Amino acid sequence: MSKHYLLPDISKPGKIGYSLPELDVPPSELPPENLLRKELELPEVSECELVRYFTALSKMNYGVDTGFYPLGSCTMKYNPKWHEDIPSLPGFASVHPLQPEETVQGALRLMFELQEYLAEITGMDAVNVIPMAGAHGELASQLMMKAYHQERGDRDRRKVLLTDSSHGTNPATSSMCGFEIGVVSTDSEGNVDMKSLNTLMNDKVAALTLTLPTTLGLFDPHITEISELVHERGGLLWCDGANLNSLIGYVKFGDLGFDCVTVNLHKTFSTPHGGGGPGAGPVCTKQKLVEFLPAPLVTKECGRYKLVAPAKSIGRIGGFYGNFGVLAKAYAYIRSLGAEGLKQVAQDAVLNANYIKEKLKAHYHLPYDRTCMHEVVFSHKRQAAKGVHAMDIAKRLLDYGLHPSTVHFPLIVDGALMIEPTETESKATLDEFIQAMIEIAKEAETNPDILHSAPHNTPVRRLDSARAARQPDLRWEISETKIEQ
Amino acid sequence: MNSMLSPYLPNTDADRRAMLREIGATSVDELFQDVPEKCRHTQFSLPAPLSELELREELRHLAESNTNLEDYACFLGAGSYRHFIPSVVDHIIGRSEFYTAYTPYQAEVSQGTLQSIYEYQSLVCQLTGMEVSNAGMYDGSTAAAEAAVMACIISKRDKVAVLNTVNPIYREVIGTYVEGRDLAVETIGPDASLSADYACLIVQQPNFFGCLEKIEMYVQKVRDVGALFISIFDPISLGMFRPPGDYGADIAVAEGQPLGIPLCFGGPYLGVFACRKEYVRYMPGRLVGKTVDVEGRPGYVMTMVTREQYIRREKAISNICTSEALMALAAGVYLAAVGKRGLRRVAELCYHKAHYAARAISKLKGYSLVFERPFFKEFVINCPLAPSKINEVLLHERIIGGLDISHMIDNGMLLCVTEVNTKEEIDRLVEILAAS
Repeated sequence: MSKHYLLPDISKPGKIGYSLPELDVPPSELPPENLLRKELELPEVSECELVRYFTALSKMNYGVDTGFYPLGSCTMKYNPKWHEDIPSLPGFASVHPLQPEETVQGALRLMFELQEYLAEITGMDAVNVIPMAGAHGELASQLMMKAYHQERGDRDRRKVLLTDSSHGTNPATSSMCGFEIGVVSTDSEGNVDMKSLNTLMNDKVAALTLTLPTTLGLFDPHITEISELVHERGGLLWCDGANLNSLIGYVKFGDLGFDCVTVNLHKTFSTPHGGGGPGAGPVCTKQKLVEFLPAPLVTKECGRYKLVAPAKSIGRIGGFYGNFGVLAKAYAYIRSLGAEGLKQVAQDAVLNANYIKEKLKAHYHLPYDRTCMHEVVFSHKRQAAKGVHAMDIAKRLLDYGLHPSTVHFPLIVDGALMIEPTETESKATLDEFIQAMIEIAKEAETNPDILHSAPHNTPVRRLDSARAARQPDLRWEISETKIEQ
Repeated sequence: MNSMLSPYLPNTDADRRAMLREIGATSVDELFQDVPEKCRHTQFSLPAPLSELELREELRHLAESNTNLEDYACFLGAGSYRHFIPSVVDHIIGRSEFYTAYTPYQAEVSQGTLQSIYEYQSLVCQLTGMEVSNAGMYDGSTAAAEAAVMACIISKRDKVAVLNTVNPIYREVIGTYVEGRDLAVETIGPDASLSADYACLIVQQPNFFGCLEKIEMYVQKVRDVGALFISIFDPISLGMFRPPGDYGADIAVAEGQPLGIPLCFGGPYLGVFACRKEYVRYMPGRLVGKTVDVEGRPGYVMTMVTREQYIRREKAISNICTSEALMALAAGVYLAAVGKRGLRRVAELCYHKAHYAARAISKLKGYSLVFERPFFKEFVINCPLAPSKINEVLLHERIIGGLDISHMIDNGMLLCVTEVNTKEEIDRLVEILAAS
C-alpha cells in the first residue's frame, strides 16, 4: 500500500457493503426507549472498496503459501488446498451444534473416528477433541491431573514440574489450575537433568510436564527412566505434544510412559494457523485419567453416535464441541496419508532438519551437537562476537524473501535460532535457505550494519515496540480521523 | 527405500539419499537412535490412505448424512445463531496470505494480520461502546470465563457471582475455569444481594431466555459493593439495543459467531472481549497497537506482551496463545460490510420477525409466552405437550424446532428467529404447532 489508511478513511455516509430483503412481516411495537441504542457508529463502505482494502492488507502478509516458513516449534507445514473446502460443505457449515443427535450423525462420526485415530497415533486409550488450541488442551490436561489426585485423596500434590526449556503456556497453565511451579534443569547434553528431577520429584508433585522431543529439537534418551522416577513417586507424566511431527507414525507417546498428551492439530495435522488461530488441541489420555476428560465426548452405541459426559469430568471447557471445522481438516489429513504416509512425514521432517543442521553447523554455533529431530536450534554466539544478534539474522532473512526462524526461544539458549523446516519442503527449498543463511553469516563478518538495519524491502521496517507499549494506541477513533482529514 | 508418493511430500528418494549422504547416515532410522529401541517401529492401525478424489467423495457423503439448514427451516439459537453471511467475508478470509500465516511475531511481514486485528479491535469498541478490545478469545463461553478470572485478579477477591439467567453452558464453563483456579463461583437469582467479597457479577443481555434484563439494577448492585460488572451480550442485538459501554459494563464479552461466522457444528467461533481502559493490563489474549517504523511510517505490532505467557510464564494473566485470529478477521469484515445501517437493519429484522412469530404462537390454543418482558430475537414458549414430541413432528416437516428446555421450565421451548427466517417459514411453523 502506497499510502497508509484505515477503514474510517474510506468510509462515507450513505455507503453499504451488504444488502438485505425488506421486512416481510407486520412491524411490532418497539421496546421502551431506555433499552434502545441512541447512536451506532460503524464504517460505511461499498463492497468493492472493502475488498480492495483487505486485499491490499493481505499482500503485506507472509504465509506458508508465500514461501518457506521455518518458524521453530510452530510446524508451519503446507496446508493441503482441498482440505480448506471441507468445512464449507453444506452438511458441515450449515449444521447447528444443538440440533437433535439423529440429525448430526455424520459430524459425530467424524469426531468419533478422529478420537480413535488420535488415540492410535498417540498410543492412548481415549481422546477428547474439544480443546480449541494447544494451551486449551494443556488447561484441560492439568485440570484432569488435579482432579485425579484429589479423587485419590492425594490433596498435597500442589506442584507441577516443568523443564527450563518449556513453552510459556506450560507454567501459565499451571497457574490457571492453582498449581505451584518447580523448574527442572536441562543438562549439558540438552536432556532432562536427572539429578535435578530426582531432587524435585516428591510427594508434593502432581505431575511432570515435558515436551518431547524437547523444545531444543532433541529426543531425550532417558525418557524411560524419567517415566519410572515420576511414577514411582506417585506423579503423572504429561506430554506437550507440540512436536509430534517428528514421531508421528513412528513412535507412540503411550509406549514412552506418558499418561496424557495434548497434540496440536494446527501443527502436525496441517490445519492452517490462520494468523493466530483457529487451532485445536485434543487431549489424549491413558485409562487412569479417562473419566476426568472434559465434557462431552463422542461415543458409539449400537451403531449410533452420542455425546456423553465422562463420569468424573472436569466439566465443560467450551461452548460446544471445539473447532469442528479444524477437526474436519485434520481428519482428512490422517485419511489422506494413512499410517505409512504419516511415518514418512516424521522421517522427512527429521531428515530435513538434520540436513540443515549439517549444512549450517560450520557457520553457526550449535549448542547441542547431536542428531536432532524435526528442528534444530543454533545460537548467535559466533555472530554476537561481531555485535550481530539473533534478531538481526532473523530480520535479514526477510530481505532474502524468507520467513525467519523462531528467535530467543528456548530461553536456555542465548540468542537461539530455532529452525523447523517440516516435511513439506523440498531439498531445493532447503538449499536456498541454507545458502541465504551462509550469506548472512558472511555479511555478519563483513558488513554487520546491513544486518542491524534489516529488513530493508518489507512493507514496513523495524517497528518501535517500546513506543507501542508506552503509548498504547489500540483502536482508531472516528473523531481523530476526522481531525486528520 | 521406496517411499510413498504424496502431493504433500516433495522430496524424492534421490533427494533423501543425497541428504543422508551429507549427514553421514546410512538410513533415516539412524536419526531416531535416541528413541528407546523397544518403542520404535510400532504398528499403527489406521485406514489405508485415500486419494483426494476418493476422500472428497467420502467426506461429501459424511456431510450429507447431516441434516443441513440450507434444506430445513430452523428456529434454534441458544448461543449459536443463523445470520446471513455476505459472500465477501469468505472471499477475504479465504485469501491464503491471511489463513496460512502464523501469529504475527515478525511484524514486518505480518502487517496484513496486524492491521486487520487493529481494525477488529476498533470495530468492537465502536459496537460495544467499550474502550479497549483484545484480538479475540476461543469462543463466547471461554471469554466469559476468562473475564470472571480477570475480575478476581483485578479486585483481589475470590468469589464470582453469575446470574441464573446466564446460558447454562456458559455457567458450566465459567465454573470450570474459576474453580480450576481454586476460586468460588455462585449462581444467584435476580433478588439476591451481593456482599463485598464478590469480585464480579456476570449478567447476560439479552439473557438465555431472550429477555432484556433490567440492567441498571444489576449495575447498581455491583457498584454498591465495589465489584466489577461483566456483560455477556449478543453482538447483533447492539444494532438496536444499548451497548455495554453505555450501561457501565467493566468487561463485556460475547460469542462473535453471529458476526459472519458459519454455524459449523459449534466451531471455530470467536470470543469477543472488551473492557475499560484502566483494566487493559489485566486483559488476557493478544492486543495489537499502532506505532511507527524506523522511517516514521505507521505500522502495527503485538503489544503489552508482559501480560502474556511467552513473556511472563507462570505470572501471565492467561495461558492463551493460538486463539481465533482468522475468525476475528471474519467478524471485522462482516462489521465493515454491514456497516452502521446494515447492522441496525439486521437487528430490526430479527426483532420484528421474532415478535411476529411470538405473537402468532401465543395465540394458539395450549401455547403461551413464558415471560412478559421485552425480548430481542429469542423467546420461550410453554407447549401443550413435551417439546421433544413437538420437535419430532417439526423435524418430519423439515423444520428444526427450538431448544427443549423442559428441564428448566415446564414444557418450555426456546425459539429463535433471525433475518434469515422468512414469513412463509414462520407461518408454516405456526401452522404445524397449531396442529400438534
